Amino acid sequence: MKNEYTITIFTENKIGLLHRITVIFTRRHLNIDSLNTSESEIRGIYRFTIVVTTTEAMVQTVTKQIEKQIGILKAFYHTEEEIVYQEIALYKVPTKAFAYGDDVESLIRKFNARVLTIEPEYTVVEKTGHKSETQQLFRELESYGILQFARSGRIALTKQIKEITAYLKELEQHQKESEEEVLTYN
Amino acid sequence: METKTRTKSAAKQKAVEKITGAEAMIRSLLAEDVDTIFGYIGGAIMPIYDALFNYEDKLKHVMVRHEQGAIHAAQGYARIKRKPGICFTTSGPGATNLVTGLADAMLDSTPLICITGQVGAALLGTDAFQETDVVSVSMPITKWNYQITNAEEIPEIMAKAFFIANSGRPGPVVIDITKNAQFEELDYKYEPASSVNNYVPKPKPLMSEVEKAAELINSCQKPLVLLGQGVTISGAEAEFKEFVEKAGLPVAATLLGLSSFPTNHSLYTGMLGMHGNYAPNINTNKCDLLIGIGMRFDDRVTGNLNTYAKQAKVIHIEIDPSEIDKNVKTDVAINADARQALELLIPKINRNSHEEWLETFSELHEIEFEKVISKDIHPDDGKMYMGEVVNTLSELTNGEAIIVTDVGQHQMASARYYGFQKQNSWISSGGLGTMGFGIPAGMGVALAEPDRPIFVIVGDGGFQMTVQELGTISQYKLPVKIILLNNDFLGMVRQWQQLFFSNRYSSTELTNPNFLMISEGFGVPSKQVSERDNLKETLQELIDVKGPFMLEVKVEKESNIFPMVPAGGTVSEMRLD
Repeated sequence: MKNEYTITIFTENKIGLLHRITVIFTRRHLNIDSLNTSESEIRGIYRFTIVVTTTEAMVQTVTKQIEKQIGILKAFYHTEEEIVYQEIALYKVPTKAFAYGDDVESLIRKFNARVLTIEPEYTVVEKTGHKSETQQLFRELESYGILQFARSGRIALTKQIKEITAYLKELEQHQKESEEEVLTYN
Repeated sequence: METKTRTKSAAKQKAVEKITGAEAMIRSLLAEDVDTIFGYIGGAIMPIYDALFNYEDKLKHVMVRHEQGAIHAAQGYARIKRKPGICFTTSGPGATNLVTGLADAMLDSTPLICITGQVGAALLGTDAFQETDVVSVSMPITKWNYQITNAEEIPEIMAKAFFIANSGRPGPVVIDITKNAQFEELDYKYEPASSVNNYVPKPKPLMSEVEKAAELINSCQKPLVLLGQGVTISGAEAEFKEFVEKAGLPVAATLLGLSSFPTNHSLYTGMLGMHGNYAPNINTNKCDLLIGIGMRFDDRVTGNLNTYAKQAKVIHIEIDPSEIDKNVKTDVAINADARQALELLIPKINRNSHEEWLETFSELHEIEFEKVISKDIHPDDGKMYMGEVVNTLSELTNGEAIIVTDVGQHQMASARYYGFQKQNSWISSGGLGTMGFGIPAGMGVALAEPDRPIFVIVGDGGFQMTVQELGTISQYKLPVKIILLNNDFLGMVRQWQQLFFSNRYSSTELTNPNFLMISEGFGVPSKQVSERDNLKETLQELIDVKGPFMLEVKVEKESNIFPMVPAGGTVSEMRLD
């Protein structure tokens, strides 16, 4: 059965790693629903958040294949229940939409959105939330004419108690232990 | 810094010197005990070749006739020596000609370091002459790759390359180096790496899993051990033998596991998979415990996964965590190097024998012998068959030669009928099934193991894919003895057409050249045999001659390799005819 999974990958900051990750999805004919990357809580270590819709067996295999790439520190996959996540959407609408009655204003209140800038010609509204929420506001604003729309990839934090720093310590420990007898061919 | 250095070499480390990037590349190879390079010169790698010119006494360079020949030769060399094979090529077409070999080495876990020249850093991305984005091209078919654009990077990157290529599950590494980095000077100081950040080549086996595995082994009635190349790679042949002998476990080898266990051993039951032996395939679906060691449950081994060993518990000993549960779900997985896992397991398993169960293998073998093997090795219809050629060679060499093959029917005949008695004696393209692999791989093997007899068994199709390497064999007088099993067909594909495409022989019949003249033209002496009466005597001549030599054997045009599990079929429904 297919479900939505959020894959979190911790990587070194190296050229080409994104490519190494994406070819693994391409090989399996998996579509990436969204992708976001930025530096994590540890300096120099990057966090990729990738959303895919697939089976658990597939996401498990893909996650392992990602994790074994050189330059990848750890890769995890999570269901929706195991993460706290958010997306951000920006809507550019004609400023005149605000001129007739308080419809748009009440929409903004109702959706907990905020206005980023007001220019004579256009206004930019920001809404954070899950995709269904930002999509709903999109539909509501559509009748007033949306000039531009952009939605970010998902960013997610995991609810698990064990943090990446603990995993990295383990990794370092494994590395130390195997250092003396590392060469397979000797 | 990314890499830690090996302490033992730190002692002999020299003072910093100022040298060019090109010279640093050569010195890095020497520091890693490289003695042989396979390559093809061209514009973007000329500075490195110029530096090599001063080291010809220490580094043997084999100038091949096509870059694909270089990489397959490096693969043959690496698999025998169990250390990275080295390739040099220029940028653009030189580098792209490596693609097949990289993919082959990736699938068959072969350590390689391919150094490709690249246009100057200032020209990158401008569609310069002979510029190809080799890093992107090789991304999915390398264990690691990197583009050096600055000479200062060379020592650290080369140390990292050697470490990655040859540790853990080995694999190919591409180092693309821009021309400016070859010319620039750097402060050179080389230290081999002892680790690479965030990379654990040898995962530590979990003792809890080892205990569980031992329990399963001690309580099973009908075990079957699947021997993969991981046993060869980790040098665990002795431990493997001790393990199976102690618990009396029947052994079946994957294609790449061949020669790691003597075929005349009482526990050896044959080869697995599509054209493997009848007994281990049938009994895969009868056993109660399947123990895969250093293998990856490839589809050629398993056939239809939905009907594969469903009745059995599965233990998987495998160094690459991404292979565990990928195809076959395991009951116990030991994510570790094969030797290390076996060392831990041996003291925990009970001495046992499974006589009755072993007997079932013998009974099934009798069926295969009567229906297939006897006809293959002692045919009585006057025609010559691949099986008898290989079987005769095996008898005449006591199963002690190194066999290198190409891909197709002759490969399966070789795998089935050569009775390997010595380990590290089988080099064949497994996962990728690369036609054209045999002849160049044989060159690498001949350089890696000059004192052992080497036979390259090849078909008429594959022979013509890398025939140009006869030039290299001739130039370097490599003792490669080629046995060309010529049936004037792409035999394996023709077999499939006969069995699954209603005898429609689309594009499989070849009008072949005069192979003797071609061989002689390259300066490789040759002979042809087309009569059974002369086979044994001619093979003996081939064994006695000092190579190179090419022997063409005219075999029956339309014979098939049996038994067979059709693609996607059930292993226990293997066809005998």
